[in-house]
Parts: sequence; structure tokens; C-alpha cells
Amino acid sequence: MAHYKMLDGNCAAVEAIKMAKVKVVSAYPITPQSTIAEKLSEICENGELEAKYIRVESEHSAMSCAIGAQLTGVRTATATASVGLALMHEVVNVASGCRVPIVMPVVNRSLASPWSLWCDHQDSMAERDSGWLQLYCENVQDVYDTMIMAYRIAEDPRVLTPAMVCLDGFFLSHSMQKVMLPEQKEVDDFIGTYKVKNLHLDPSDPIVIDNLTGSNECTEMKYQQAIGFKNAEDVMEEVFNEFSQKFGRTKAMIEGYNLEEAEALIVCIGSMAGTAKYVSDILRDQGKKVGVLKIVSFRPFPYKKLREIIGNTKKLAVIDRTTGFGGQGAPLWLEVKSALKSDVLVKNYIAGLAGRDVNIETIKNVYTDILEGNDSDDPIWIDCGENVMNIREVLLND
Amino acid sequence: MLNQQETVMNKQKRFKIQGPCAYEFDSGNTGSWRIERPQVDFETCVKCGTCATYCPANVITIEKDKEICVDIMWDYCKGCGICANECPKQCITMVEERCGK
Repeated sequence: MAHYKMLDGNCAAVEAIKMAKVKVVSAYPITPQSTIAEKLSEICENGELEAKYIRVESEHSAMSCAIGAQLTGVRTATATASVGLALMHEVVNVASGCRVPIVMPVVNRSLASPWSLWCDHQDSMAERDSGWLQLYCENVQDVYDTMIMAYRIAEDPRVLTPAMVCLDGFFLSHSMQKVMLPEQKEVDDFIGTYKVKNLHLDPSDPIVIDNLTGSNECTEMKYQQAIGFKNAEDVMEEVFNEFSQKFGRTKAMIEGYNLEEAEALIVCIGSMAGTAKYVSDILRDQGKKVGVLKIVSFRPFPYKKLREIIGNTKKLAVIDRTTGFGGQGAPLWLEVKSALKSDVLVKNYIAGLAGRDVNIETIKNVYTDILEGNDSDDPIWIDCGENVMNIREVLLND
Repeated sequence: MLNQQETVMNKQKRFKIQGPCAYEFDSGNTGSWRIERPQVDFETCVKCGTCATYCPANVITIEKDKEICVDIMWDYCKGCGICANECPKQCITMVEERCGK
């Protein structure tokens, strides 16, 4: 029987990996992902998961091993965070270019420097052009569900693109929540056993994979990937529908909340969506017509669906948990802004960097600014302290 | 390599795949990157094969019955020196490459 269990986000990801019956695990521990690597090694050792655990010395090796292993025709697992993902960067692109549909939880953590262990989306946003699908989770149930669906989406022969399932470090990875876990058989029926649908390694029929490819073919191969992303939108739709029929929980590439006659909407990703919904309920009670759009799939970005879903709303407040240095705005804002016509006011708010809580006050401030503030295009650092340039000082020895 | 290609050509079933792959491995002459080459003292060598085990390019073969008992493929040896470091008899020295090969 399907049953409830108390799990934190990392354990929910491990449950999904276990139920997907991966055969090879190569993960290197890094805060806040560590418990994924630890738990996986534990269940490999006690036989709960019949898989080989490769002890690697870095994230670069972790992804390299996962690619090699999956090319032999089995599902593999790895997971990372922050600077680990940055170190993995080179091979992250190899996985997508060789069309190896690995599903990888990314536990979002700030990138150095300053050194920080806490959550923002700088790490995964830095990988947004690396050819991976990116799905962001709101709560722990979402982590489990998204992982299971990601296997189906990534491995679909029309897509063949690896997927990052991004969960906010500590906010999700280390917070205990009630999670509905389905039966193993239900999961088996939903995602099936891993079948090779593309390149694979076979000792009796050896081929070279990822050979040096000239400019006469590279463009075409990249275009194949672009088609994979295009197809992913339809495949996601199918998989989300099938999932909601089988498991009763709905999902969409972009999810709306309190959209009726909304005057302003907050657009956000990840765990802060829960707080935003809560605040929009409070403000609705006070007669303010505000709502929330949660972007679930950042890659591919559902720009057409965004245009449909906002209806007649003319004010969007995009909250980025990333800096977007030197750009006109941060990554999520850029996507939203370029999807819409100029008659919609799209403002950018930077918040929640390095684990700073995006709390009720922050969200209220954003709503207040979008409803009553000016039409400025410049990003607003909404939760930034005062006296920014004078927070530390050293003594000068003259 | 050619054999592989021919067997594949003769196969009846073919299917389309996406991404980079090849049946023929066209390698570059990475030996030309070398600035130092390993020189083996064959008289001290005990043919243990440690160098072959550690060689990251997998270009060393131990020929126990031959005079040149440590055979190195010079087209692919990059001269990294790991064999010289690992040799338990310390009979491999790295000498400067002067003539290009």
C-alpha cells in the first residue's frame, strides 16, 4: 500500500532513486547534499538497493562515472550542490551532448565567494545553458514526485536529455515533511526498467563515444539537442497528466495560484513559492488582487504557457534567488521579460541570497512595491540591509 | 579497427542515434606533445609491470622474452613521467626530448 512517511528533501530524493532501481551510484558528498551520498552508500551496503557504489574523489569523477555507467545500459545516480556542480561543469555538458538521460538532484546552495553553505540558486542557474532539463521543487513531496517524473521525461526517446531536479538547500533538503510514497510496483509501472534508446557501450560491438567532431556536424548535433528540448514540453505535459491520474497529485510546467482577476503576480521558483502563496491569501482577504506563478520547469522555459496563464494581469514581480551581475536583470526575470509584450510591467527583485529567509515581510514588501512603486527597470535588492559599503572594517597601520 | 568497421557495414540491422560516436577511432599523435621521454635501463628492470599498470595512457607493454622488455608506443606516450615515479627498481629516467620523436 502507498503510505505516508516523514522525510527530509534529501531522503525523499534517495527514496525516488531507490525506487527507480539505479544500478550504479557515484556521488561525492558536499553540504547540503551530503546525506544523499551517505544514505545511498548505506542502502547499497545493506542491500536495500542492488547497485554498485563507486567511491569517487570529486564531482568531476562522479559525473564521469555516471555517464560511463549509464552508457552500458543501466540507470545511474549522482547528486551534487554548489561548488560541486561548478567542478562538475565540464562533464555536465558531456552528459547532455552524448544524450545520456541521467537524473540528478541538485541541492541548491550559494556559490563561493563569500563562502556560504546556504541556499540560493546561483549554482544551478550557472548551469542553465548546459543542455540539462531543470525542474525546481517547492516542498518535500514535490522533490519525490519530480524525481520520479524526471526519469520518465529525461529517458523518453523524443527527449533523451539529462535532468536536474533542484531542491533548495536546507529549506527542503533538511526539513522534515510528510510525504506520500507509492508502492514499488506503481513506480515500476510508471517509469519502467531502463532501456537503451541511443548510444551505448557493448564490449562485443565496440564503438567510440564522444569522439572529436568537426564543424561539419557539430551544429547538427546541437540542433538535435534543441529538438529534444522542444519535444520535452509535450512529453512533460503527457507525463504530468499520467502522473496526476495515477498518483492524484497535479503538476504543470508553470503553476498559478490566486490568478482570478489578479492585478499583480509574483513569479518565483523553489521553496519560496509556498510563502508567496500564503501571503497572497492574506492580501486577498484584505481585498488586494494578488497571486503567484511558480515556475516548475526553468529548462525548457514555458514561455508560451506564461503568456497564456497571466491573462490580463499587467504587473509581474519576478523574485530571483540569484544576483544576475552585470545583466539587465537576473536569469528568471530575463526569461519572463522576454516572453511578454512591453505593456506588461515586469520588475526584478533579488532576494534570499545565501540562505537569507524569504519571509512573509519580504513577500509583502514585493507586493507593495509592484502595486504602488514606480516603473523602474533596475533590479531591486528587496531584502538588502542598510549601510552596505560599511559592514566590515580593518585597522590601518600607518 | 578496419575489421570492426567492416563487420559493422555487413550488419543487417542499423538504427539512427543522436550524439557523437564513431566506429573508427581516429587518434591524434599525442606523442608529439612530449618534452621528456622515459628511458628504461633494461638490465636493472625486473619486468614487474608496475609502469604498465600505472601508465595513464595505457601505452606500455611488458615483453618478458625480448631484450627491449618494456615496449612503449611512442606515438601516444605524452612523457608524463608517472612510470618513472612508480618504478620500484627506479630504472626509468626521464630524458629530454631533442629530436621530436
